Amino acid sequence: MFESLQLFLAQWVPDGMATVLVILVQAAMVIVPLLLAVAYLTYAERKVIGYMQIRLGPNRVGPGGWLQPIADALKLLMKEVIIPSKSNVYLFVIAPVLAIAPAIAVWAVVPFADGVVVADINAGLLYILAISSIGVYGVVVAGWASNSKYAFLGALRSSAQKVSYEIAMGFALVTVIMTAGSMNLTEIVNGQQGGILSWYWIPLLPMFVVYFIAGVAETNRAPFDVAEGESEIVAGFHVDYSGMTFAVFFLAEYAMMILISFLTAIMFMGGWLSPFEGIPGLETVFSFVPAFVWIALKVSFLLFVFLWFRATFPRYRYDQIMRLGWKIFIPLTILWVFVVGVMAYFKVAPWFVHGGVA
Amino acid sequence: MIAALKRQLKTWTLWELFQGLAITGKYLFKSKITVLYPEEKTPMSPRFRGKHALRRYANGEERCIACKLCEAVCPANAITIESEARDDGSRRTTVYDIDLFKCIYCGFCEEACPVDAIVETRVFEYAFEPGEIHVMNKDMLLAHGDKMEAQIAADRAADAKYR
Repeated sequence: MFESLQLFLAQWVPDGMATVLVILVQAAMVIVPLLLAVAYLTYAERKVIGYMQIRLGPNRVGPGGWLQPIADALKLLMKEVIIPSKSNVYLFVIAPVLAIAPAIAVWAVVPFADGVVVADINAGLLYILAISSIGVYGVVVAGWASNSKYAFLGALRSSAQKVSYEIAMGFALVTVIMTAGSMNLTEIVNGQQGGILSWYWIPLLPMFVVYFIAGVAETNRAPFDVAEGESEIVAGFHVDYSGMTFAVFFLAEYAMMILISFLTAIMFMGGWLSPFEGIPGLETVFSFVPAFVWIALKVSFLLFVFLWFRATFPRYRYDQIMRLGWKIFIPLTILWVFVVGVMAYFKVAPWFVHGGVA
Repeated sequence: MIAALKRQLKTWTLWELFQGLAITGKYLFKSKITVLYPEEKTPMSPRFRGKHALRRYANGEERCIACKLCEAVCPANAITIESEARDDGSRRTTVYDIDLFKCIYCGFCEEACPVDAIVETRVFEYAFEPGEIHVMNKDMLLAHGDKMEAQIAADRAADAKYR
């Protein structure tokens, strides 16, 4: 599809520019739905949390409140961007960019269905780990540039938390890589073919849980939202941000949430594969469902779990977060690396027969 | 020993976290208690204390006899009354102002009134733009009383046995 578009464009513009245009189109095709998803994720969040608190949530703007995110976006666009007088203006303005850029850049390697990916690179997981860790700079720089003690405390907490949980997350990814024998996300999904029981969540169940919880911590979401901690340090690193600069932080946080859900779905829940593969009867009944519907369903469920967590759990204390990260998750993940090694050596079916290290 | 094992099992299966999730999950499907305000309203007591009104007798004579008990009892000094004798010799008010910004809606004026002239009605949906007059004068109070008389009388009748 994109090859033909490139050929089509090449008739009018120079070859190099045609390539750039095609890349821009691809980027837009990822970013525009992503931003829409972010907008409606905020709506879903308010609705879900409202319903769990026996409230109705937003229901005034448009039918059933459907236009609420649009109204919010317009409001934030119109608002003045206040720059504190003693802040570092340059860093203050660049911090939201540092937060949003990695949150969007990671989507380059995320496959939405077999072959539907902007850049199908072999080191996909490595790329994701590398780029998403840059996101912490946005928070740290924002906290520093604001010249406010609350923002600074938020930034300190956030950086410590992200660094700690990245290790557990990395080890959890190592087990996935060992099981799939590849860092290419498309190959990881294709290695899980064969229905719900062939997905990696069974042999990697503790890693599935660890990865998702570490993902919640990575995105600074409740119950690990000490970086924001409304009741302790007002709003943490973004106290002094208003208007569009604040909206950009908001976008980055929610884009990262969607990303973590996508990665969890891809690595542990079979990505775009149907859960009914290999089950006679059900397989044919559900064969009409397109691949992207399956991944959308899985991602929606995981996002719902994110919101469910927020409605359920109280915030962890800072030292409790550190204890969970360093004393429980990291030992557990290292242990599971060995367990996966043993399983891979004995080629435990059906998970370790496609690839794997052994 | 068994208890310790049980505790460990609970910890590692995240048992209590799942219990918490189950509770919020259950509440997700409960019927909601939100009242959609302008369309729906909560039940209201006949004793509700809202915007004030001055009442009249059935023959059209105004009840207020300018005894100034309400003015005296008002803890916020919101009421201003001036009076003089009418041509027929009866004492009536010439000025009866209630400053709705000062008023704390305590209902003391209503309790102090010997002739049930000043009352508080159930009307609570009113507001003042900046610069708008927020002092209700005698004409406004009487007009509001005339408009709400049916409900005012019904509310007083409903509450009479408790007084």
